Amino acid sequence: MNHAPRPLLPEHRIRPPGEAVRAGHRGSAAHVAARHDEPEIAPLITRTGRSGDPGPAPGGPRGLSRLPVMRNESVGSAVQVRGLVKRYGNKTAVDGLDLDVRAGTVTAVLGPNGAGKTTTIETCEGYRKPDDGTVRVLGLDPVADAAALRPRIGVMLQSGGVYSGARADEMLRHMAKLHAHPLDVDALIERLGLGSCGRTTYRRLSGGQQQRLALAMAVVGRPELVFLDEPTAGLDPQARRATWDLVRELRADGVTVVLTTHFMQEAEELADDVAIVDAGRVAAQGSPEQLCRGGAENTLRFTGRAGLDLGSLLKALPDGSSAAEPLPGTYRITGTVDPQLLATVTSWCAQHGVMPDGISVERHTLEDVFLELTGKELRS
Amino acid sequence: MSTDSVVSTGTYAPKPGAAPVGRMIAAQTALETRMLLRNGEQLLLTVIIPSLLLVLFSTVDIIDTGTDKAVDFLAPGILALAVLSTAFTGQAIATGFERRYGVLKRLGASPLPRWALMTAKTLSVLVTEVLQIALLTAIALGLGWSPHGDPLSVLLLLVLGTAAFSGLGLLMAGTLKAEATLAAANLVFLLLLVGGGVIVPLAKFPDAARSVLELLPISALSDGLRAVLQDGAALPWGDALTLAVWAVLGLGAAARFFRWE
Repeated sequence: MNHAPRPLLPEHRIRPPGEAVRAGHRGSAAHVAARHDEPEIAPLITRTGRSGDPGPAPGGPRGLSRLPVMRNESVGSAVQVRGLVKRYGNKTAVDGLDLDVRAGTVTAVLGPNGAGKTTTIETCEGYRKPDDGTVRVLGLDPVADAAALRPRIGVMLQSGGVYSGARADEMLRHMAKLHAHPLDVDALIERLGLGSCGRTTYRRLSGGQQQRLALAMAVVGRPELVFLDEPTAGLDPQARRATWDLVRELRADGVTVVLTTHFMQEAEELADDVAIVDAGRVAAQGSPEQLCRGGAENTLRFTGRAGLDLGSLLKALPDGSSAAEPLPGTYRITGTVDPQLLATVTSWCAQHGVMPDGISVERHTLEDVFLELTGKELRS
Repeated sequence: MSTDSVVSTGTYAPKPGAAPVGRMIAAQTALETRMLLRNGEQLLLTVIIPSLLLVLFSTVDIIDTGTDKAVDFLAPGILALAVLSTAFTGQAIATGFERRYGVLKRLGASPLPRWALMTAKTLSVLVTEVLQIALLTAIALGLGWSPHGDPLSVLLLLVLGTAAFSGLGLLMAGTLKAEATLAAANLVFLLLLVGGGVIVPLAKFPDAARSVLELLPISALSDGLRAVLQDGAALPWGDALTLAVWAVLGLGAAARFFRWE
């Protein structure tokens, strides 16, 4: 569904009014100006608001009193990374990286192998001390304030983390015991289909079962913020869907999620914000929509009576546009799709007595943007 | 968009918090002990080998122990071996693989503090030792063992020995690769079994070798236990001091060089 035409309306209002947009050097800078458009419509856009949240997202200029209760003292920002540098020997894994994660959202850190995703996440988790720059997670320093931070975050490592001789339910129950108000373990086992693991020990579980156990361990302590390092790597499509559903439910319940992934579709399906990381830096950050609007060429589609005079339509359109009728009654216009072009098309339709149905704009996919930013050569 | 259709149920609503540290340590100790008792190789090392050695060497006249009843010589040495097998070999191998498989790393991001994890590991070792000592004592008594001496002196020696072997085991687990730890810990177990006065009296070795072997922690522990349990001596300070020095060196080095991933 992610490649299907998207409705036009929400485009400019994906971010609520007043929400700071941290744009990368490419991709979304041009759209920052749109953020004050029609603020009263913002509550309609459910993608940035938590379910049942009637007001603007955290950080908005109005309606702070209407925010869901957050214990976090730095409401609005769950993770703030500034100028992070991390070196291993003479290899620089992270090189001046900035990252912002808004509380209550899902942020996908997307990047090729070796881009510095895991190093960044593990620095946020307190595993590594930055060589330079600052990291604040829930307002805390992950290394200096580790004792205060750890109960509040959930961590899913890329692999391992479980005694090879432990059973899935045994390990999950153990993690629950380390927390004051854990989730109902039986319900979580049921929810993630771990019941079938039975008495099998960890080393004999399938890769998918091991992944789901690690995910369960990350959420069982009812954290405010979870870090998921490649949560769906190696999963079959069903298990991937189940993981996505859980991430959506976490978000709906007000949990902030930071995940790393190679999968564009995963980022598009789940993320409010995407940070594309390459060579230890953030190449672009924004909503999937913002990032995808970065490309020059977009496509406008509509349906109407078959056999319209495309030559006449093309004359009305700006230079560089093209128009086609790939199927009878289905029209595709390619070019710089902006409000002006949309107005031109609809007024042309009005002049010709055509009711354009199902108008949609098809943007670049995140994959296009990703490849454009990170290049197409293979990575290590 | 699909995210829009998800309705908050409150199931996952954040409610973070660490459990009381006592409860965490109890849970961690129980889990570590279960892992150890479930592991066949560990049981071979901690239960089966000491029991077999005790029975075999007590009933078959293989080594001249210089005592009327072989079991009176062997039982203290086998108790020392039990401590070595659990605190050193077993702990080194288990911890090495926990490090290798990211268990230590994952627990490092949990509310369980590192000191509490190490406390739980120590308690787990002590629980296992209590089970071993109960079993081996029962076997030895069945073989006609007649122990002497002050139980408190025995307890102190066992604790010092546990501290010394734990330090060395953790040092190995925290610095070497898991496979290297597995191999080295088993080799050391075997060498100390033979050369540490456990079943072969150190008096059988040449003087030069003997003076070196006496400085080993296993020699100090088996010699100290034998002095108390066989001869009814007061606390052997020399052996206790040797163990204390090993404990300080081993634990100090482990604290300094242990790598968590």
